[in-house]
Amino acid sequence: MEATLTSRQVGITIPGFGRPLKTEEMVLNMGPQHPSTHGVLRLELVVDGEVVVDVIPHIGYLHRCFEKHAEAMANYQQVIPYCDRMDYVAAMNNDLGYAVACEKLLKIKIPERVEYIRVIMAELQRIASHLIAVGTYGMDIGAFTPFLYCFRDRERILDIFEHTCGARLLYNYIWIGGLSHDVPANFQEKVRDFCKYFRPNIKELNDLLSYNKIFVERTADVGVLPADVAINYGASGPVLRGSGVRWDLRKNDPYSIYDRFEWEIPVGTGKMGTVGDCWDRYMVRVHEMEQSLNIIEQAVDKIPPGDVQSAVPKRIRPDASEVYVRTETPKGELGYYVVADGTTSPFRVKVRPPCFVNLSALPAMCRGAMIADVVAVLGSIDIVLGEVDR
Amino acid sequence: MIPLEIGDTLKATFGDAILGTTIDGVFDPFSKIAPDRIKDVALFLRDNPQTAFDALMCLSGVDYTGGKLGVVYHLHSMKWNHKFTLKVEVTVENPHCQSVESVWKTANWHEREAFDLFGIVFDGHPDLRRILLPDDWDGHPLRKDYQVPEYYNGMKVPY
Amino acid sequence: MGLLDQKFENGNILITTADDLLNWARLSSLWGMQFGLACCAIEMMAMGASHYDTDRFGVFFRGTPRQSDVMIVAGTVTLKMASRIKTLYDQMSEPRYVISMGSCSNCGGPYWEHGYHVLKGVDRIIPVDVYVPGCPPRPEALIEGIMKLQEKIRNESLAKKKTA
Repeated sequence: MEATLTSRQVGITIPGFGRPLKTEEMVLNMGPQHPSTHGVLRLELVVDGEVVVDVIPHIGYLHRCFEKHAEAMANYQQVIPYCDRMDYVAAMNNDLGYAVACEKLLKIKIPERVEYIRVIMAELQRIASHLIAVGTYGMDIGAFTPFLYCFRDRERILDIFEHTCGARLLYNYIWIGGLSHDVPANFQEKVRDFCKYFRPNIKELNDLLSYNKIFVERTADVGVLPADVAINYGASGPVLRGSGVRWDLRKNDPYSIYDRFEWEIPVGTGKMGTVGDCWDRYMVRVHEMEQSLNIIEQAVDKIPPGDVQSAVPKRIRPDASEVYVRTETPKGELGYYVVADGTTSPFRVKVRPPCFVNLSALPAMCRGAMIADVVAVLGSIDIVLGEVDR
Repeated sequence: MIPLEIGDTLKATFGDAILGTTIDGVFDPFSKIAPDRIKDVALFLRDNPQTAFDALMCLSGVDYTGGKLGVVYHLHSMKWNHKFTLKVEVTVENPHCQSVESVWKTANWHEREAFDLFGIVFDGHPDLRRILLPDDWDGHPLRKDYQVPEYYNGMKVPY
Repeated sequence: MGLLDQKFENGNILITTADDLLNWARLSSLWGMQFGLACCAIEMMAMGASHYDTDRFGVFFRGTPRQSDVMIVAGTVTLKMASRIKTLYDQMSEPRYVISMGSCSNCGGPYWEHGYHVLKGVDRIIPVDVYVPGCPPRPEALIEGIMKLQEKIRNESLAKKKTA
C-alpha cells in the first residue's frame, strides 16, 4: 500500500523478510463519547497499522438549531442568550460579535464607557478560554496537573464575571447598544489585582508544561499546516497565526476600540520544530494570554464615567439591509451575517464559526500521522462543539 | 481595488453572467451571478493579481420565500485587505448551483451545510451529503415553510 | 460518609446491617462516566477541578461506561446523539444511576420551543434518578445533586429490587 508519510515514517518492510508485508486498512471509530474529543465529535480513522491514512470527522451531534431560533425570536435582543451558548467557553466574545453586527445595522453610536468595559470583558474571556484550551490540551497529552492550575486561575476570572453580572459561564451581558448591568464599584481594583496575580502564573505554566521534554516531543513537528493551505481552508485565530501568518482581526480589520491599545500579535516561528506544528499553535495561545493582560491593563485605567444603558434602543427595528461583521474570538474569526427585513425579528442570522472552519482542515493535518498524533492535533485546534454544530 | 472597480472588472470579463452589481446604499457591495457561472467567476477573482481573493470568509444559504433560495459568498483578500460579496439565486424547483469547492477548500463544509439545511444542490462537490443532521432526516429545516416532524425514530420531537 | 465510622465504640468490631454496609460502600465511591455534551460539561469539569473538588466525595471520572456507576448527562441531548446515549446507558453495569444536569437534559432547556433537533429531556430515553436544574447549574448545585443521589442510595434495600 502506497502511503505518503511524514518524517515519522514507520517501517513497512520487515528486514530479513524479503518483501513488503501485505497490509489492509482498518476503520477505527473515535466515537462521540471519548475523553479526548473535547465534546461530541466522531472521528472515523482509516488506519494502516498505527499510521492514519485518512480522518473523516462527523459532526452534528450538538446541532441545537441556533439559526432557526434566531429567526423565531420576537426581538433581536432575545437572540443574545442563544449566542452565548454557541461557544460556551467564550460567551462574551460571541455576544460582542452579534451586538456589533446589529449596532452596525441600526447605525447607532456606543458610549465610551460601554466600549471600554466590553473590551475588558472580551479580553478577560479570552484569557479564560485559552486557560481551558491549554489545560485540556495538557490533559490530552497526558499531563493532568496543568489542568488543575489553569482551572484555579480561571476561577478568579469567573469571580469577576459573577460579581458583575451574576453568571459564571453564560452571561447575557453584552446587549445591543450597551450592557445589561453596570460594573460594581470595586471592579477596576479587582481587575488590577487579577492582572498582578496572573502575570507570574504564565511563567509558572511555561515551566510546568511548555518546555517539558515529553510535551515537546509529542507536539513539535506534528500536524504541520503550511500557511497557504491554512488560508485556503479559511483557518483563523491561533491556527492561522501558528502557521506564521501575522493576521489578527483586532488589528487588521478593527472593530470597537481595539485600535487605541498597544499590543503585539504573536505568531508561530517553528522554534521547537516546524512552523505550523502543534507546539506553535499552543505557544501562540500562551503568548496571547500575555498580550490580553497588556490590553486589560491599558484599558482598566481609562474607563470614563457614564451610563451603560443610555444607547440601548427601546425598539430594535433596523431597515431592510444586511451586513457581515467579523470579530476575533479566542478560537478565530467569528462572522455574523445578519439579514434584516424591516420587522422586529431577524430574517436570517448566519453564523460563520471559527471552529467549524478550522476543523475542516483536520484531515489535511493528520494524514500520515499516528493515532496518538490525531489526539494532539485535535487538541491544538481547540474546538468547541457548540460552535461547530450551532 | 475599490468595490466599483471590482464590479466593473467582473462585468468586463464575464459580460452577461453578471446579473447586476449594487455598490451604494448597502454595507457590503455585491454582484449577482448566474448559478451556472459562479465557479468561473470565483476562479477569476482568486487568481487575478489585482483582486486576489484568496479567502472565502463565509458561504450562506438564504430562503427568500416565494420559492426562491439564495447563496451568498463573502470574499476577502489577505493581500490587498479588501472585501466583496457575490450572490446567486436559485429556485426551489431547480436548486442547482456550481460548487466552488475546488477554488476555496473552505467551501467544502459550508456547501454541505447549505445542502443540509436548505436543499441547495452544488454540482461538482466531491462529497455532498448531510453534515449537521442525521443522514436519514427528512426535509430541509431552515426553509421558511418547514414543518417539524412529529416523531423521529420513535422519539417525540415537539415538546 | 460519616455513617459507619461513628459506630466504632467496642474496639474494632462494627455491627450493622448488610443493607447499610453495601449502600455505604456504593455511595462513597460513585465513579462517574465522563460524558460532557455541552456547556454543562464545563461546569462539571470545574466541579472536578481543585476549587470544588469532587474527589473528596469519592467521585472520580472514568472514560468508559463499563467501569462507571453514575452517568452525569451534562448538556443538550440531540436526536442524533440519543441512540448513542441509550447504547452507553446499556453498557453500564448495575447498579447504575443517572443524574440529569442542566435544563437541556431535564426538559429541553432554552431550545424547547423551536429546536427541531433537540430531544426534550433525556428522561424520554433513559430513566433518571436526580434532576439538577440550572443553565448551567453552579458546581455547588451539581454537588448537591450528587449528595441527593447519595441520600437515595442510602435508602435502598437489598430486598426490594431496583426497578428499571
